[in-house]
Amino acid sequence: MLLLILKRIGLGLITLFIVSLITFVGVEVLPGDACTTYLEREAYGAALDACIKRLGLDVPAYERYLDWASNVMRGDFGYSLSGEMPINEVLGPRVKNSLVLASVSILIGIPLAIVLGIITALWRDKLPDIMISTITIFSMTIPEFISATLLILIVAIWLGWLPGIVIIPSDATFYELLSNIILPVVAISMIMTAHMARMVRSSVIQVMASDYVQMAILKGVPYWKMVFRHVLPNALLPAINVVALTIAWLLGGVVVTEVVFNYPGLGRLVIESISNRDLPVVQALAIILASIYVGINLIADLMTLMLNPRLKSLQIRK
Amino acid sequence: MNEIIESVKNLSIGFNSQKGKQISILRNVSTNIKKGETVGIVGESGSGKSTLALAMMGYIKQGLFPLKGECLFKSEDLLKMSSRQLEKIRGRKIAMIPQNAGQALTPNLKIGYQIDEALRLHTDLNKTERDKKISELLNKVRLPSPETMAFRYPHELSGGQQQRVAVAMALAGKPDLLLLDEPTTGLDVTTQAHVLELLRFIAKDTGTSMIYVSHDLGAIAQVSDRIVVMYAGEIVLEGPARKILKEPIHPYTYGLLKSIPKLSLAGLPASMPGSQPQPGSINEGCSFYDRCNLATDHCKKNSPDLEHIKELDTNVRCFNHKELINQNNNLQTSITKKSNNSEAIEVLKLKDVSISYAKQKFFDQLLNKISDQNPTVKDINIDIKKGETIALVGESGSGKSTILKSIAGLLKTKDGQIKFENDRLLSSDLKMRNPNDLRAIQLIFQNPDESLNPNHTVEQILSQPLKLYFNLSGEELKKNIIDLLKKVRLGEFYMSRYPRQLSGGEKQRVAVARAFAAKPDIILCDEVTSALDVSVQAAVLNILQQLKEDLGTTYVFVSHDLAVVRAISDRVAVLYQGRLCEIGPSQNVYKFPSHPYTEVLLGAVLEPDPDIKPKLVAEDIVEEKPPEKGCSFQGRCPRKIGDICNLEVPPWQIGENGNAIRCHINIDELASLQQ
Repeated sequence: MLLLILKRIGLGLITLFIVSLITFVGVEVLPGDACTTYLEREAYGAALDACIKRLGLDVPAYERYLDWASNVMRGDFGYSLSGEMPINEVLGPRVKNSLVLASVSILIGIPLAIVLGIITALWRDKLPDIMISTITIFSMTIPEFISATLLILIVAIWLGWLPGIVIIPSDATFYELLSNIILPVVAISMIMTAHMARMVRSSVIQVMASDYVQMAILKGVPYWKMVFRHVLPNALLPAINVVALTIAWLLGGVVVTEVVFNYPGLGRLVIESISNRDLPVVQALAIILASIYVGINLIADLMTLMLNPRLKSLQIRK
Repeated sequence: MNEIIESVKNLSIGFNSQKGKQISILRNVSTNIKKGETVGIVGESGSGKSTLALAMMGYIKQGLFPLKGECLFKSEDLLKMSSRQLEKIRGRKIAMIPQNAGQALTPNLKIGYQIDEALRLHTDLNKTERDKKISELLNKVRLPSPETMAFRYPHELSGGQQQRVAVAMALAGKPDLLLLDEPTTGLDVTTQAHVLELLRFIAKDTGTSMIYVSHDLGAIAQVSDRIVVMYAGEIVLEGPARKILKEPIHPYTYGLLKSIPKLSLAGLPASMPGSQPQPGSINEGCSFYDRCNLATDHCKKNSPDLEHIKELDTNVRCFNHKELINQNNNLQTSITKKSNNSEAIEVLKLKDVSISYAKQKFFDQLLNKISDQNPTVKDINIDIKKGETIALVGESGSGKSTILKSIAGLLKTKDGQIKFENDRLLSSDLKMRNPNDLRAIQLIFQNPDESLNPNHTVEQILSQPLKLYFNLSGEELKKNIIDLLKKVRLGEFYMSRYPRQLSGGEKQRVAVARAFAAKPDIILCDEVTSALDVSVQAAVLNILQQLKEDLGTTYVFVSHDLAVVRAISDRVAVLYQGRLCEIGPSQNVYKFPSHPYTEVLLGAVLEPDPDIKPKLVAEDIVEEKPPEKGCSFQGRCPRKIGDICNLEVPPWQIGENGNAIRCHINIDELASLQQ
């Protein structure tokens, strides 16, 4: 088991290494270097030389990669170009904001998705299923920039209950943050919950049709007991990996929602740094987002392994 | 003894078709189960036997609903009960032993918990009493080390062990009635015989009534006091087991019994024409009319009622049953097959073939090291003659299908050679074989549902090999397809059909036609009749035999069914754990089995005759991989003589009747031991 965990961690590290290489090479092959893009029309003569010297662009690429990589490993991403401040300081509040948004969405969205999925499966083709399924399919098909805009129009502008865009001072308390993020959370949850509820539904339906559920019924196990002991553990197992992907997506990828609500999270930082040609920040973000994906998938795999007796004993036997 | 515990009255169950028509799956079924009695319900797939059995627990599958009638358990109608009331009866009064215990045990719960659950629901025992009861139950179903068994997960047990757990679970609530739905169907022959023996013991020991549902008359014959024969949703024959099996007075039962291949009988079983009608397709007349050779015009218009014959204590649904009374001697007949001349040349030689599923590790591959010293299949030497049918038999894990895949080129051999026609070496890699060799060796698979493309018509399926190997087109192609269909006794109009529009037997016949389209020299048959009903199986076997006699094709026939092998094969090779045990002419191997494993295997076969009991010689232990040294059968051999069996690979011995065996005991001594 331990060997397996180490093996998975090793594989994750190799993935990260490859990601770092690809981003570094990607940035390298872009036309112009960091200085020409940063200085724009002033990119000539002494200013350019000074910039090149300052950013260390005069040394060969592989040396710069090694240098950058060893710094990253120590947790130092270097300096951003536009702000001319350490990237860590740029990232810090963004990571925090993204975490808050993601965790609130997860805490609301995932349990809701599971409950809705189970309800729709158990009352399959009956009224609760038809109603919930219609709503979930509806919210799944509307792109988030439309649903987000509609939310702003209705809740913020017409009703005036909540602020339409998020303006958070950097020293905002958690409570202040919370009232600001209700709309983004709703917009995100709509899509996320819908997707996951559909998945849980089909998984539960599949397990309900299995021989062992029929056996449990014929054994005289009361309905709800059967649902909780025989159906759900087996139906929710495959959901773990989907949950993991959703969490990773939430932490790094809710770009559209963040832009619409002007929410200062990682997703918007990606957009900003790309449009500003702030290459060191782009690199740093690529590594961070890749680590999140790798890390969360690793956890999900291990959890599946722990919870599925079949896989567990398979591994031990090997 | 005569107290009735469950009685089904005029039960019909059906569904609504898409056109809104009511279609019944069960039609007007009535029967009684007495206390302490074992009733076998037998029928082919689609006869409604499982639907009937489940209804007897008050369970109707989704999509179906009762149309009329009742299921009275101790004079209360199960079909009218609330789910709360049913929970009190299921598991406590009526318990179920499912068909496939591997899938019927919840995968995430330990064995002990699942039995405990039944105990908690249906008894008043406290925790310590329950724990004691669990190991008692596990002990009763003869599972090894019952104390640790409770802490295992279902997937950690073998198929036979899982089935025993299911039996233990059913016994937990001390039910009055046990319902067994094909409880031994997925098991190996020897395991099946052991589980049946256990069930018989339990029925006697506890006085529980049993309903035993199966398509396998052999299994039914071993356990039942009374037999109910179902056809197209109706009971067609019902009576004491011995009467039904020895003097069947319904033409369907008669034909069914005749179509079962028997161990004691060489030659092919007689087949029954046609197939069971689809639910809803019978409007008037007897449902067996199309296939019946006693049918008259009267049968076409009028449907017979279940008639009670007093002197035989039997109910029968047939107008002409009197013609069948006292005709039973004909049951023991078969179609003799022409045997081919033995001087024929060898077409395929397997020389020292070993096959391993172990993946070579990367570094071992670099160093060209052979990592697996104990391959799945080892030292296979078989010479196959032109025009013969050689059968490979053995239980699951015996490597029989593995060898077949290797001959087909689907699996690389680790060692040894496969030689084809005049000692030409055949590459074990499909990509290295030339097109003519590919054409010459064809494969027929077990399950035609999976081997025929569902989106192709029969015409498309059959035209593929013809186009590929012979470049046929246009009229010539069509002529050839019609020819092929005729060979497997299917009409021209089947060309435009899709596989889903065919019955199981028809599908397999298309698969046979496809294999013959390539005009092959050798056809590899992988359990080709295992997915078919008995009456259909006989038809497919007869077609295969006819084609062989006409075209001189060679068959390599893999099957776990020893009676089928007996019927079709000229020579038989018995395999255990990927090693050959015995090889020889079929009639001799079956008449004088020399190797202890052949003896065990043949002893466990269930015959559809209540007077022939299986002999249980060896334990049904499941071995996961072959032993590293010595004889492959050392772990289970009832005649093991000592260390020599563990250490040395036994030598080949050839007996006077042509059987070759691998055993340390002298072959003549083995023969005298068996008497």
